[in-house]
Amino acid sequence: MSVTSEAERGRITSADRPRAGWRRNISAKIAAIPMIATTLVVFVGGTIWTVVYSFTDSKLLPRLRWVGLDQYDRLWSNSRWLVSIENLLFYGVMSLIFTVVMGFILAVLMDQKIRYEDTFRTIMLYPFALSFIVTGLVWQWILNPDFGVQGIVRSWGWESFTFDPLHSPETVLYGLLIAGLWQGTGFVMCLMLAGLRGIDEDIWKAARVDGIPTWKTYVVVIIPMMRAVFVTTLVIVASGIIRLYDLVVAMTSGGPGGNASQVPAMYVYDYMFQAQNLGQGFAASTMMLLSVLIVLIPWAYLEFGGKKHG
Amino acid sequence: MKLTRLTAVLCASVAMPAMATELEVTHWWTSGGEAAAVAELAKAFDASGDKWVDGAIAGGGGTARPIMISRITGGDPMGATQFNHGQQALELVEAGLMLDLTDVAEANNWKEIVFPPSLLDACTVDGRIYCAPVNIHSPEWLWLSNKVYEDIGIPVPTNWDEFVASAPQVREAGKIPLALGDQPWQSNLAFGAMQIAVAGLDAWKAVNVDKNMDVAAGPEYAKVFAAAASARELAKGSNVQDWNQATNLVITDQAAGQIMGDWAQGEFQVAQEVAGTDYTCLPGLGLNEYISTGGDAFYFPKVDDPEKEAAQKRLAALLVTPEVQVAFNLKKGSLPIRGDVDLAAANDCMKKGLEILAGGNIVPSGDMVWSADVQKQAEDLMVEFWKSDMAPEEAHTKWVEILKSGL
Repeated sequence: MSVTSEAERGRITSADRPRAGWRRNISAKIAAIPMIATTLVVFVGGTIWTVVYSFTDSKLLPRLRWVGLDQYDRLWSNSRWLVSIENLLFYGVMSLIFTVVMGFILAVLMDQKIRYEDTFRTIMLYPFALSFIVTGLVWQWILNPDFGVQGIVRSWGWESFTFDPLHSPETVLYGLLIAGLWQGTGFVMCLMLAGLRGIDEDIWKAARVDGIPTWKTYVVVIIPMMRAVFVTTLVIVASGIIRLYDLVVAMTSGGPGGNASQVPAMYVYDYMFQAQNLGQGFAASTMMLLSVLIVLIPWAYLEFGGKKHG
Repeated sequence: MKLTRLTAVLCASVAMPAMATELEVTHWWTSGGEAAAVAELAKAFDASGDKWVDGAIAGGGGTARPIMISRITGGDPMGATQFNHGQQALELVEAGLMLDLTDVAEANNWKEIVFPPSLLDACTVDGRIYCAPVNIHSPEWLWLSNKVYEDIGIPVPTNWDEFVASAPQVREAGKIPLALGDQPWQSNLAFGAMQIAVAGLDAWKAVNVDKNMDVAAGPEYAKVFAAAASARELAKGSNVQDWNQATNLVITDQAAGQIMGDWAQGEFQVAQEVAGTDYTCLPGLGLNEYISTGGDAFYFPKVDDPEKEAAQKRLAALLVTPEVQVAFNLKKGSLPIRGDVDLAAANDCMKKGLEILAGGNIVPSGDMVWSADVQKQAEDLMVEFWKSDMAPEEAHTKWVEILKSGL
């Protein structure tokens, strides 16, 4: 993802510049050729290949026997896929709101010129250095009723204490959310902190001279000025949510109660490899690509197309 | 999974530079009993002058098969690999990626000795033989805890109907009537076992072998779904994940019974329980004593090296020999693929299985008659059905649709 956007950024800014012949920066261009080739062949080529084969009845091995939209018909009438979408929507909306709000509040607290800021920042960012698999396994143990939070509180004497989100279909998504937030909030905080540091000190002084309360300065002045940071954060968080897979595998493997925490990426994997039905898996992954594009295109438009206005 | 892939790659790199008669063998047998059984195969192969390089992949067939398949299709074939015989490797065979074993089969007379013959049929594509079957596993068993019934004061059920009738008393005693783990394939297995037991052999064959969709939508199968719906009620309260945890509920007398394959007896054995006195096994759920003959087979991906190919053929021949069959299957708890070997050391439940096998009361396994795609869809449906309040009629309709997609 970041590779493509870097490449795009490069292409667009060089196009904006006054033309000075293709010889300009020739060594840089040569150096970029391997990366551009990789992008075109691996990312774009692989994507097109997948989309093309999603219209075939490929089973274990890819083959070009066209079946039109059959794979998509089957996909959208499959109840497991529909449940996966619902779960992802719920998880996505909750995760987006909470990471951004909590990340911003933490960044604001961090921006109060506190002592040991570096230490706090490191602590907050540490979970992001862990993979989702590790995060998932750690939280599976923390939330385990016998060994985790519930067990500890009970051992303190509160015998009736119950906290077991992962074993009930109604609460399992909240359990995933806790782990997801723990992992992702620190990263959002760092992005926000960078945005806050980019705000000119004079604006704060002006606000103070005018006697505007601090919280109001944040809401009406600072946040609108940080639009670009917010948009970037939303895109990074949202595209991370769409490919949510390893956290679920590590924490619940899609259960309990069968489908309570299924997500689209699990459907893709299961049908491509376990059911040996590449066509169906490709159709599902094409739908995931589509949803990533829905998030990405408005962002690219805001970032690059909107420059003239902003 | 990354780790297992890494292990596989490491094993491969170890195997490469060494002598040509080293064969890397991939499989997903990683539990205690399974590993002991594989060690028997390795021992026999090493003793014959070649070298067995073990490539175990942890995480069960669902995790292991994609790794194996991508290694074969990706041009990094292993010497030999386990699959369940049936359609799992069919496309690989059709694509010409598997070694033809017909000459080995003919030289060793497999057609005569492999019993039941359906096992060899499952290895045959267009008249050529592509795999060496090693064992038979059947999933249609009901395992019961004798102590639960002694405590209540009623005789141990002898079939599924009695088991269902006794369930309210089991509940009253504060026990779970039917233990069922959360892994998706377990729901599917329970349903598969009920298919043969409740619908009967004729209906089963009409649907699964002759693919008669009218029978699939008919009253016999409506009964199966009704039975599954009642079993769903019995399974409420067993909050465990893995199959062996569910078996453990029966072993520790917290649950009265479990529908599970014959591999469950390994767990009873480890817990030092005795068949007949501590636990009871009912093949075919006690209703129709038929078992399906699924199991494991070894496939040999094509390699360029003629020496390696010769070693592959030696291994294929070795797997079917009586000595290897006895040593392997006693450790594994599975049934041998030839009727002429002596399993005197087998326990009661294994002997029951052998009798059914000898009597010819066998049907092909799901892996043989349906594609992986149909099986996965059915599994998804069964998970949804067993874990929700879906009406049996609705599940029945959906199930028939799934079968039709595989015609």
